[in-house]
Amino acid sequence: MNFDFSDDLKQLRDQARRFLSEQCTPSVVRRSLDGQETFAAGLWKEMAEMGWIGAAIPEQYGGAGLGYEGLCVLAEEIGRAVAPVPFSSSAYLASEAILLAGTEAQKKSWLPQLADGSVIGCFALAEGTGNPDPRNVRVRMAGGRLTGSKWPVADGGIAHIAIVAARDEAGEIAFYLVDLANVPKRTLTTLDPSRDHARLDLDGVQAEKLGEAGGWASVQALLDRVAIMMAFEQVGGADASLQMARGYAMERFAFGRPIGSFQAIKHKLADMYVALELARSNAYYGAWALSAGSSDIPLAAAVARVSATEAFHLASKENIQTHGGVGFTWAVDCHLYYRRSKNLALALGGPPFWKNRLVDLLETKNAA
Amino acid sequence: MDFNDTPEEAAFRAEARAFLSANAQPKAGSRPTLRQGGMDAAGVEQAKDWQAKKADAGMAGLTWPKKFGGREASPILQVIYNQEEEDFTVPRGLFEIGLGMCIPTMMAYAKPEQLDRYVQPALRGEEVWCQLFSEPAGGSDLAALRTRAEPDGDDWVINGQKIWTSGAHLSDFGIVVVRTDPNKPKHEGLTFFFLDMKSPGVEIRPIHQMSGARHFNEVFFTDVRIPDAQRLGGVGQGWKVSLTTLMNERLAVGETPRPDVDDLLALSRSVTLDGEPAIRDSAVRERIADLYARSQGLKFTRFRTMTALSRGDTPGPENSIAKLVNGTKLQDIASFGLDLIGSAGLVVDDDLTEAYGMFQSALLSSPSLRIAGGSDEILRNIIAERVLGLPPDIRADKGIPFNRVPTGTR
Repeated sequence: MNFDFSDDLKQLRDQARRFLSEQCTPSVVRRSLDGQETFAAGLWKEMAEMGWIGAAIPEQYGGAGLGYEGLCVLAEEIGRAVAPVPFSSSAYLASEAILLAGTEAQKKSWLPQLADGSVIGCFALAEGTGNPDPRNVRVRMAGGRLTGSKWPVADGGIAHIAIVAARDEAGEIAFYLVDLANVPKRTLTTLDPSRDHARLDLDGVQAEKLGEAGGWASVQALLDRVAIMMAFEQVGGADASLQMARGYAMERFAFGRPIGSFQAIKHKLADMYVALELARSNAYYGAWALSAGSSDIPLAAAVARVSATEAFHLASKENIQTHGGVGFTWAVDCHLYYRRSKNLALALGGPPFWKNRLVDLLETKNAA
Repeated sequence: MDFNDTPEEAAFRAEARAFLSANAQPKAGSRPTLRQGGMDAAGVEQAKDWQAKKADAGMAGLTWPKKFGGREASPILQVIYNQEEEDFTVPRGLFEIGLGMCIPTMMAYAKPEQLDRYVQPALRGEEVWCQLFSEPAGGSDLAALRTRAEPDGDDWVINGQKIWTSGAHLSDFGIVVVRTDPNKPKHEGLTFFFLDMKSPGVEIRPIHQMSGARHFNEVFFTDVRIPDAQRLGGVGQGWKVSLTTLMNERLAVGETPRPDVDDLLALSRSVTLDGEPAIRDSAVRERIADLYARSQGLKFTRFRTMTALSRGDTPGPENSIAKLVNGTKLQDIASFGLDLIGSAGLVVDDDLTEAYGMFQSALLSSPSLRIAGGSDEILRNIIAERVLGLPPDIRADKGIPFNRVPTGTR
């Protein structure tokens, strides 16, 4: 039994944690939160130079070839730092879509640029209200051109290319790669301004189909894989929230004693810890499934997603509660995690979508 | 990451499997027992025979020193043995406290000639041991125990009462912590002994549990004499010795109480709600998803613990989460399963509702999982203080002589 990351990856994690704690302080996050910049471009460049963005991209396509476990280790640290960078959009969604569906030529052409950070990618699935569902995909592909609107698109305002889920003339869903240079974008105000979101109005823009295959199954396969990576971000965010609550509970005195000596606070923090560790263990299994190419990826993803979303939600809201009134202020960082928690919870479809999918998969598994 | 055994672990797993296949019935396909009962005389004999077989095959006391019949093996081998044993129907429960807690405490504190006398018979299942810690006034606050021991010549004279003693009625010997100096603060006036459970003045009364079973006992001491030679540790050092015992609490690895989520899933396909199988109902699906995610989280947390053991690391207090999650999970599954069944869920009748027995049984037994061996509240304190490093609670009894500590009426 070796259900843990290798020493090399632990070293990578420690380096990433150190780097981000110095270079991605809350004041950096707040520059995006307060609208002074759309994302931390300097940080993004350094992350690219360290090989993080292309962590899971094979070396033949300009990546670092660290594999999915490497990417997951980095995802946890990015989540911990609430980093205002398009990591999930570019490194998970766009890169993974090209790896999954792209032709050899498309991989060669786009992955090296995504890996070195010079091109930022995003993924456009949602068209307004609703969870992921083929019936909600209405953007049309006709004569090599895409028509329709996609919103919200995470990092749509800063990305250079988008992978768009759309229907062709036969009604078949597939991924299309779009150069966003000439696409009108409207920046959207969201609950989490530390990450860019936009509406893309595709008005007959030229697009290139990714690979030959298509179908909703490929969209779901992408969501499954990314759900595991994002679970690590959520675990990192939950851990940071718990540590922040813990720090405050040790320093803040009331009734002549640290509030962390009261069982009401202790038990709250213990529950946050339990939810976090269950989520971490489920995320580990997802990382294993990804790196082993296991047929268990879909169920592992749904499980990791459900518990990581719950753990981050619990930890971020109870971190505010532990802080009391001061936790409700703009100046204190509790809300950075609370906002990011809801952002990540909704990004790939909310908990009802993933819980339903989890039981679908269990039913299939037990029937087999 | 991988889920493979090391070569040494694989070799041991094969050995354990071979031993079990040759000596025990595989569980395959059998239902879990539906109604709980105590162990009868025949059951005790079977358990003793099985333990002797294990000891003869070198499958008992795996982590113990070789001179006591062990293998000096890493705890991971014990976990592997337990995993393999899960697939077989064998008597369980009679020796776990003795071999898991009592004898390891003896090894740390008893005299060599006492170890020569007691360890082998315990390992071979010839003698059964119990642990006499909890009292009516000392459960979560164990050190508040009141059973008195007073010196008299070369003996100590014990008066008082213990409670929740598993298997006391089947035991030959016990370890006991008692108060030798009530004028000292709570933790400082305790002393630790082992005793013959057949000593005059020991009276054992089974406790009728809410589940109907009689697994625990009350043990009354009336002028029971224990020779000073059976003292473990110094006078007044009883708390320190108790901590040694508690540190040896069995690792909760590989335990899967039933009904589990698969049982709930099967049930939700067989009962209907609004004319459809209950599994079609979105509220039912959400509950199943939540419980499944919790179950898997627990399973993979155990894998992380096993990884630590396999590397020779000692798993820390973070292990408390397994027990904390398991109790509530079982209670939730049992209660929700019965909710799906409807009023027939109330009926305990093997002709009518045999299939529901597992849920009914768990409904009534699960409250004990949240209390015995560290209540949910104590486990949360342990996580908060020993994992997260939060400051201890402020104690109203700190530094006060025990006989001046305020007590309630219960």
